[in-house]
Amino acid sequence: MLNVDEVKNAARNMRQDIIKAISAAGSGHPGGSLSAADIIATLYFYKMNVNPEAPDMVNRDRFVLSKGHAAPALYAALGRKGFFDVEEMYSLRKIGSIFQGHPDMKKIPGVEMSTGSLGQGFSTSVGMALANKLDGRKSKVYVLLGDGEIQEGIVWEAAMSAAHYKLDNLVAILDNNGLQIDGRNDDVMKVEPVYEKFESFGWEVMEADGHDIEELAEKLDAADEVEGKPVMIIARTVKGKGVSFMEDEAGWHGKAPNAEETEKALAELGGEQ
Amino acid sequence: MADKMATRQAYGEALVEIGEKNKDLIVMDADLSKSTMTASFSKAYPERFFNMGIAEQNMYGVAAGLASAGKTVVASTFAMFAAGRAFEIIRNSIGYPKLNVKICATHAGVTVGEDGASHQAIEDISLMRSIPGMTVLNPSDGVSAKKAIEAAVEMKGPCYVRLGRAAVPVIYDENMDFQIGKGITVKEGSDVTVAATGIMVNEALIAAEQLAKEGVSVRVLDIHTIKPIDKDIIVKAAKETGGIVTAEEHSIIGGLGSAVAEVISVECPAKLRMIGIKDRFGQSGKPAQLMEEYEITAADIVKACRELI
Repeated sequence: MLNVDEVKNAARNMRQDIIKAISAAGSGHPGGSLSAADIIATLYFYKMNVNPEAPDMVNRDRFVLSKGHAAPALYAALGRKGFFDVEEMYSLRKIGSIFQGHPDMKKIPGVEMSTGSLGQGFSTSVGMALANKLDGRKSKVYVLLGDGEIQEGIVWEAAMSAAHYKLDNLVAILDNNGLQIDGRNDDVMKVEPVYEKFESFGWEVMEADGHDIEELAEKLDAADEVEGKPVMIIARTVKGKGVSFMEDEAGWHGKAPNAEETEKALAELGGEQ
Repeated sequence: MADKMATRQAYGEALVEIGEKNKDLIVMDADLSKSTMTASFSKAYPERFFNMGIAEQNMYGVAAGLASAGKTVVASTFAMFAAGRAFEIIRNSIGYPKLNVKICATHAGVTVGEDGASHQAIEDISLMRSIPGMTVLNPSDGVSAKKAIEAAVEMKGPCYVRLGRAAVPVIYDENMDFQIGKGITVKEGSDVTVAATGIMVNEALIAAEQLAKEGVSVRVLDIHTIKPIDKDIIVKAAKETGGIVTAEEHSIIGGLGSAVAEVISVECPAKLRMIGIKDRFGQSGKPAQLMEEYEITAADIVKACRELI
């Protein structure tokens, strides 16, 4: 059952964690982490069957962060879920820390795939979904892509293969914030129309407000009903969501806030609750 | 076994045998199954074979995903498109997370022949051996190729296996002992050593026979594992014979020659000559003509040995 307040609370705490960790690291990707926070929170605190006590349980659902630079959002979700003490993630990007700049599955419990090089996580999620089919498991595989990321050719190879093998146990979510490092997708390399592109590749395509927990939950549930093809949920998001001066600014893609900005951001996010 | 056999042929047969025992073995290909010889596996176990189409990058990514969910995955295409085109996927999605994927790449080297330079991978050993933790195998004949595949599937973690297109003489009998990381002394000798890999082991044996007639005793090593390389057998050869000729159907930049140089220059400096492709692209032609053109024949090995003694 969906408890909207629980998910919202998790997302708010995650946003605080993201800001704190990136600020402490002095580098990182706040924009894309904040835009993905509600999606990742809905997956971990509503949808997915995962168990922090048994991170390797066979019938777990899997999440692949193909846009690996949003690692702080994933770490925050895993920490808040209990895979590790969330405070540990404040060692983000520091030498010797398990919290690498991009996720390392060999180091962190709950991380399903090492990602960071764009597009590759999507391919690996197809392999995981295929393995579930082969072994007759009902488990789902969720994969989060950035909209700039889909400029990578491998994304379309993966999209073709998931439809070819009728992977209805694979749900992709597009963090569609419209921005990438060098500016707007439309100016750098147009990706639209994404709906029609994925539809023509044989996917069931849905749309959602990527910051509306109820709508995200509703679409994730609807994805369970789709048979014979993979599902793409295009989540319309705002880069830097929750921190006014970061919102919809490409400049906050890969920059850490200074002390003053950190304080302001945390104040806006309303403190831990 | 026949007198001659392509290592890719042995590979195809090995997969079918291994697949019967190992139910978690998955085989993938990128629309070249009839050439890489994975087609026999696809006939025997269609439910465990996945053709990924002409999309090598995605194939190795999907292979990584399958391996992360507990499968042992063998994924094949030509060496050019595995080590070359998919390099960064193999590096980041297979090598970095140490996943159990076997990159079995056929049609390596100039003996691909008529297809020409675009299809002749002469950099694959160099590329694959530079990935931390990657095991790199390059068997020399049908018998050792089969054993190499068995060993690759048996071991845990990423492994690159280099296989050839052309039929090559069978060197070993069925009882040969193939151990990853252990070079084989194919022929004892005391005047000079030829450390060869892949199809060049046979050329080295021909060269040794010729030199024997002149009273020169040549030791022939089969360095089937380029990484982790057998330091002991190389250092011993350097000490006992004073000079080493490396022989590979690959660029001398970054391949076996480089790997041997890395060992002896530190452990036991000795005279060294490298037989291999010297900073050139391949071209169309018959395999034998190309070996001559690129100076990777028994005659070239003989010449290099004479320079060292």
